[in-house]
Amino acid sequence: MANEIQYIFDKDNLKKSEPGKFSTDQLKRDEMIINIGPQHPSTHGVLRLEVISNGEEIVDIAPHMGYLHRCFEKHAESLPYNQTLPFTDRMDYVAAMNNELAFAMGVERMLGIQNNIPKRVEYIRVLVAELNRLASHFIALGTFGMDIGAVSAFFWMIRDREHILRMLEWVSGARMLYNYIWVGGLYYDLPVGFEERCAQFITYLKPKLEELEQVLIQNKIFVERTANIGVLDPQLAINYGVTGPMLRGSGIKYDIRKADGYSVYPEIEFDVPVGKGEMGTIGDCWDRTSVRMQECYESVKIIEQCLTQLTGDHKRTRSFDPRAAVPKKIRPKAQELYVRAENPKGETGFYFRADGRSDIPFRCKARGASFMNLSVISALAKGSLVADLIAIFGSIDIVLGEVDR
Amino acid sequence: MSFEEIISTLSDQFGNDSFSELENSTPKGISLKIEQLVEIMRFLHDTEGLYFDSLSCLSGLDNGPEANTMEVIYNLYSIPYNQHFTVKVTLERSSPKLPTVEPIWKTADWQEREAYDMYGIIFEGHPDLRRILLPADWEGFPLRKDYEHQEYYRGIKVEY
Repeated sequence: MANEIQYIFDKDNLKKSEPGKFSTDQLKRDEMIINIGPQHPSTHGVLRLEVISNGEEIVDIAPHMGYLHRCFEKHAESLPYNQTLPFTDRMDYVAAMNNELAFAMGVERMLGIQNNIPKRVEYIRVLVAELNRLASHFIALGTFGMDIGAVSAFFWMIRDREHILRMLEWVSGARMLYNYIWVGGLYYDLPVGFEERCAQFITYLKPKLEELEQVLIQNKIFVERTANIGVLDPQLAINYGVTGPMLRGSGIKYDIRKADGYSVYPEIEFDVPVGKGEMGTIGDCWDRTSVRMQECYESVKIIEQCLTQLTGDHKRTRSFDPRAAVPKKIRPKAQELYVRAENPKGETGFYFRADGRSDIPFRCKARGASFMNLSVISALAKGSLVADLIAIFGSIDIVLGEVDR
Repeated sequence: MSFEEIISTLSDQFGNDSFSELENSTPKGISLKIEQLVEIMRFLHDTEGLYFDSLSCLSGLDNGPEANTMEVIYNLYSIPYNQHFTVKVTLERSSPKLPTVEPIWKTADWQEREAYDMYGIIFEGHPDLRRILLPADWEGFPLRKDYEHQEYYRGIKVEY
């Protein structure tokens, strides 16, 4: 096996498998093609941006992706629903709980058991999903700061994210890819003492968030670097399928947690922050980042309310079994269903087709929020400077695992 | 606007024969003919009261060689009116072709490229129909039900 030829090298291989969209023949005077990535820290993963530039000005962009394609949809067509669940973790791998929640909700709706789920289970789901949303926004804020030269915020955010990851590890046994939310229930109840530990963490986190806002978001250098840059028109954003904090940054008050009211979100009070153009124009990079910052405060509010419920009306009992409603056999009736949920990045959706004869979906299509959000980049960055492209790209906040699926 | 009202608006405009309601679909929707696809989609997008301004999800689907059909499913959503709608078209499996909706929703650009990549569905009039996730020289369309992958890719065994 070791002596077998593993890869036949040819210098034209790259041209055949990843041909550029642009060719040097079409270039006008003074224009040139620059390749950013696939291996570049500011592309947040493996993404190749093919850029035509005229001096410092960007004329056109063609993103090339697929380097992290792991055939989610093909896998889903060959495995039962509950075994596909761990694969959803690996899509948006910094917010795995949110993906699981969307997938589990979809299968529960197909089986018609969405109203049989105990309230405690739903509150725990929302609690862990919001903890994970905080972790994802920390990555977004930290790496965005680092992209444009503010390094200390990155270390602070990674430090605070580590607290969340350790708590979620305590809950599920894994640091990032949890497989905790199951179809019809949960893997386990929360560990004993988790509620108190989580409340302590929230007390610790609140001043840290304010500190971050003062040091990074309100920082004059940061504002100068991001205000009025990459202004996204709301109509254009909707037309390109942009969702999540990016669309809210453009001033559209649209949050699926409010619009659909899934799980126990209708029982929880929280605001939907939108971009107001405080530092520049509505829909610029600063607004998008600011919306993420405000959403961290809202997530903290949601977590507090969940903890109140989990220690009050729906508190731990000896007889509580989080697997009570987990179906032994998952065989939905013949139907098709589209389910969606608000991920930290935007709308994550799953389209299912069940044929009613097997435990395996006939078709399972995943709609990645990052995929749609990334598609707007060519419209957004056209005409800006190459240095601003990095700021615009960072403010989109993509995860390549979800772009390529 | 409720689903029944959307249906009656559509049948006033295009007649009852141009579409049929889908069974067992959540959100509810219609199935229509390829010839009228762009016309009806534009109507759904532009008309006051319908205004389906976002194309949430575009999925290709292969029914396999026995059924000999493919499908494209559009999940539409209207942000101002908070309503969902599903549109489905059925294609010949031997030559899956349909017109693009990219001029209506720009997001269809990449989603149609993905459907082309996985199923080989040709979207006529698409400005840039290339493979998007797989390498450009990959053989076959992996999500077709009768797909068999190539044995070697550049000397790398594909079977693991």
